[in-house]
Amino acid sequence: MKNKNLVSITDFSKDEVFKILDLAEEFEKNPNQNLLQGKVIATLFFEPSTRTRLSFESAISRLGGKYIGFTDAGSSSVKKGESLKDTIMTVANYSDMIIMRNPIEGSARWASEVSKVPIVNAGDGANQHPTQTLLDLYSIRKTQGTLDNLNVFFVGDLKYGRTVHSLLQAMSMFNTTYNFISPEELRIPDEYKMFLDKKGLKYYEHLDFSDIISHADIIYMTRIQRERFSDPMEYEKTKNSYVLKKNMLEKTKLNMKVLHPLPRVNEISTDVDTDEKAYYFTQALNGVYTRQAIITSILGLK
Amino acid sequence: MTEKKLQVSAIQNGTVIDHIPADKLFNVINILGLNKIKNQITFGTNLESKKMGLKAIIKLSDVFFADNEINKIALVAPEAKLNIVKDYQVVEKKIVEVPDNITGIAKCGNPKCITNHEGIITKFQVVNKKKVALRCHYCEKITDSEHMEIF
Repeated sequence: MKNKNLVSITDFSKDEVFKILDLAEEFEKNPNQNLLQGKVIATLFFEPSTRTRLSFESAISRLGGKYIGFTDAGSSSVKKGESLKDTIMTVANYSDMIIMRNPIEGSARWASEVSKVPIVNAGDGANQHPTQTLLDLYSIRKTQGTLDNLNVFFVGDLKYGRTVHSLLQAMSMFNTTYNFISPEELRIPDEYKMFLDKKGLKYYEHLDFSDIISHADIIYMTRIQRERFSDPMEYEKTKNSYVLKKNMLEKTKLNMKVLHPLPRVNEISTDVDTDEKAYYFTQALNGVYTRQAIITSILGLK
Repeated sequence: MTEKKLQVSAIQNGTVIDHIPADKLFNVINILGLNKIKNQITFGTNLESKKMGLKAIIKLSDVFFADNEINKIALVAPEAKLNIVKDYQVVEKKIVEVPDNITGIAKCGNPKCITNHEGIITKFQVVNKKKVALRCHYCEKITDSEHMEIF
């Protein structure tokens, strides 16, 4: 996997996914190692993303590496009109790897074609966010003991949620059954349904999930943003149907866990947080181990 | 009354591209770079066609195309037919075929795509050949034939 770019989750084979997950497990047992001594990693955040950036920087720091970069485009040369290509070609001279978040879709693929050092995509607009997908897979495998034959519920904004799209693609390798629960306006796009049809996987769409919740192994919650609705009335009418409350957990399976890519607003009641089925904060912690695994395997250190 | 004249004159050697939709003639000229070659070219458009209503035709003297080159026009002229002419005789007929990959002809329909922000040559994988749909190599979004813009 040395020198491989991580741009899209579909760039990694099943074996490569497993290699990352196994490595992440090692880092969970022993997160502080001096593997990145003498290495410089660039973290280029053309738009702010506190959680993703801190998680990467924590992963690098725990491995004894140094990072350089910027936290939003305003403090970089982009403001002066520099092209992405020029920025990447320059920064590639200063670093051993570039981790980039950029709101322009396809920017990570383009960067990987002009950079002499590996590129890790930390989110390119509505397109891909593969390190999130790998940490989601890690969290699912850790809590369920397997990735095979699970019933996964995706709840909320399934139209724009890129974490949903990437996880859906990745889980298609594991004979997953999908339940998509969303308001009419934010339904899962046809191209993903076609993708699942081609793979011969089962999926169901619902407007509400209180009646079927007992079937779930994983509930993957996402945030519904008011501005996604063309009609604000529709948002007011539907918003409460997609909130997970503590009493709903009573009917769920014992192994069931609630995941959320965070930040959460009000789609999970805070009284769920202390329930043992709530897993989203541990999921965020898993992001550090998964990113340690990604960085060290791409640099050929593991 | 004199005999009806051929609408576009014949060529001795070369390629005739027939059954181009009348409104796509200039797209075909651009895609094949015909504005840059020195050979003799005659073309006609808004010609009557029983099959298509109105069509365009291009006759190129001493020009022969490789399949991968000519197939690029399938995006705008999927029913185009090629006649290869040697010594005033049609020696071969070909139809165009939508290729698996398209480089640098179409624009990505996603306004947030990097190819619409920096001077990058577009690349697509053809995901549907019948009702042409292209998946962008960069942003991974699909541009269908209704929203397709040709450079």
